[in-house]
Amino acid sequence: MPLTIIKRDEPWKWGALVIFLGALLFCLAVSAALLAGQGKDALHGLYVLWLGSFGNLWALEGALLKAIPLFLCSLGVAVAFRMQIWNIGAEGQFALGAIGATWMSLLFPDLPRLILLPLMFMMAFLLGGIWAFIPAFLKLKLRVNEIISTLMLNYIAILLLDFLVFGVWKDPASFGFPMTPEFTQGAIIPTIGDSRVHWGLLFCLIVGVGLWAFMRFTRLGFELQASGEGARVAKYAKIRYGMLVMFVMFLSGGLAGWAGCVETSAILNRLQPSLMVGYGYTAIVVAWLARLEPLNIAFASFLLAALRVGVENMQLELQIPAAFGVIMEGIILLTVLAGQFFLLYKLERKHSS
Amino acid sequence: MWEFLIPLFAATVQSGTPLIYATLGEIMTERGGVLNLGVEGIMSISALVAFWISFTTGSPWLGFLGAGLAGMVFASLHAFVCISCLGNQVVSGLALTIFGVGLTHYLGVPYVGLHAPGFTPFDFPLLSQIPVLGDVFFKHDMLVYLSFVVPFLFWFFFKRTSLGLHVVATGEMPAAAAAAGLRPIALRYFAVVSGGFLIGLGGAYLSLAYTHLWTNGLSGGRGWIAVALVIFAFWRPGRAVAGAYLFGGVMAFQLRLQAMGTHLPSSLLLMLPYILTILVLILSACFGRRIEAPAALGTNIEPEG
Repeated sequence: MPLTIIKRDEPWKWGALVIFLGALLFCLAVSAALLAGQGKDALHGLYVLWLGSFGNLWALEGALLKAIPLFLCSLGVAVAFRMQIWNIGAEGQFALGAIGATWMSLLFPDLPRLILLPLMFMMAFLLGGIWAFIPAFLKLKLRVNEIISTLMLNYIAILLLDFLVFGVWKDPASFGFPMTPEFTQGAIIPTIGDSRVHWGLLFCLIVGVGLWAFMRFTRLGFELQASGEGARVAKYAKIRYGMLVMFVMFLSGGLAGWAGCVETSAILNRLQPSLMVGYGYTAIVVAWLARLEPLNIAFASFLLAALRVGVENMQLELQIPAAFGVIMEGIILLTVLAGQFFLLYKLERKHSS
Repeated sequence: MWEFLIPLFAATVQSGTPLIYATLGEIMTERGGVLNLGVEGIMSISALVAFWISFTTGSPWLGFLGAGLAGMVFASLHAFVCISCLGNQVVSGLALTIFGVGLTHYLGVPYVGLHAPGFTPFDFPLLSQIPVLGDVFFKHDMLVYLSFVVPFLFWFFFKRTSLGLHVVATGEMPAAAAAAGLRPIALRYFAVVSGGFLIGLGGAYLSLAYTHLWTNGLSGGRGWIAVALVIFAFWRPGRAVAGAYLFGGVMAFQLRLQAMGTHLPSSLLLMLPYILTILVLILSACFGRRIEAPAALGTNIEPEG
């Protein structure tokens, strides 16, 4: 029975949600198959994953903690993607943010928290922003492909971080481990009450709402939305496209930089290579799953953060490599991309006429 | 001087070879109008497949072919998502890289540190006797010699065969190609999947010839460098070979400096290839304004109806 492709008259209303859930199911099925292929009990594995992600309060706290840097990075990725600027350098901008924050904390260890933390956030935003500004500048002036330049800057940023913690910033008392001295109290974001969750959560809320309001109510935000259709459309609307690209990339990098600052200050309390766990790449998955909408990004980053925590639980209990989580992210994204076809088209049986 | 330069150039040819295969594969793909950013993922997984097959069967040639097939399978995932399902080509390629690199780390765990039979260097008859050139080019393994031939076949394919010209047509103007009676969808599938085969061969070189030992992160960004080299090469095989050797040279040079024990920290030396990638793109932007990418690169063909 042959099928034909028919364009929908209007986009499928609940399609995005259905496709997302379908992708999640498919991903779990493939994961189960992978576990079974390694001689592990697949159903038990998925149960361990579930327990690790949502099983108890400890798990939920862990997911929230990981959702914070993911959310900030994803917001950054999303503002750039909206303009069809393919910034895949969140990972490097995250590293530069961490470096900026650490720099301030090492320079002024004795400042009170109310001065030192803002200083760290400012430097993190600045360095992360500059790291993203370089590709934007190269793209505009020399038409250098930003996908490759942002990606290369990721590798360079991680090596720069290595260079610092193995060299000039190494703690003399660390027995040779590559890490900076522990931050002073003034450089650490405190936790909320007795929980493990820190005040970075509130910061995320403010940034999220602020960005939403900026997009919604300011002229610049409006221009940014309009430029999503591409450079030519923007020029017809008399928008200074070049300025906008540089601004958006700076913003995008700055947001990822903040994520690096929060993670270093609140979670690790020092700079060390184990900071880099791929949030910048997961952020791309989050941003695309969330269809680049800030509110969706909040949900999606929580979900993928929960997945990461769940996979950590599997690592401990079933001795599964950490890469398992990355595989799941890749499958979900690929499936959603394939599924988005059905938002605009449907398949129907060919009528014999 | 020559005692230093000849081994350096020979090492250049060695580290450039996987880039030749991968870059040609990506040129094939992009000529058909599809951007595949999954090169890094495809190279990783096919390097593992090559290693695994050679390890279990004892035949590096089977491993080499198996890696090509693995490249085809993974590239066809990208082809299906982009060509049939109209998914965003940039994001699909990224997803493929995330998936492929993750899968390699996951499945490769039991093999870390193990050896597999691979390709070993031998003196090519007669040609290795040539002074200097013989030492640089003709004292390698079989896959290196093969990489001297492939660019010519590649050039012949695009210049002299109708299939090659049809692929170019789909990359430039799919609608016109369809109007002329060609089948753009099928041609794009062909370009992506056969490109995946070549990329897979590049992966095989890494685990069967460059080293015979399995380690995590073997491709180490080479897939991304290949994507950059396509732009540097202006989608042409000859320039792709030149670019591949340029990068091979930098990688070999940096390894040699490390081995000689310079006072420069290794993290700074390791940055060199990545910095060079950006510089190369800047240079090709400065000197290559006339030559553009395939016109329909990155855009999907919408179905009728």
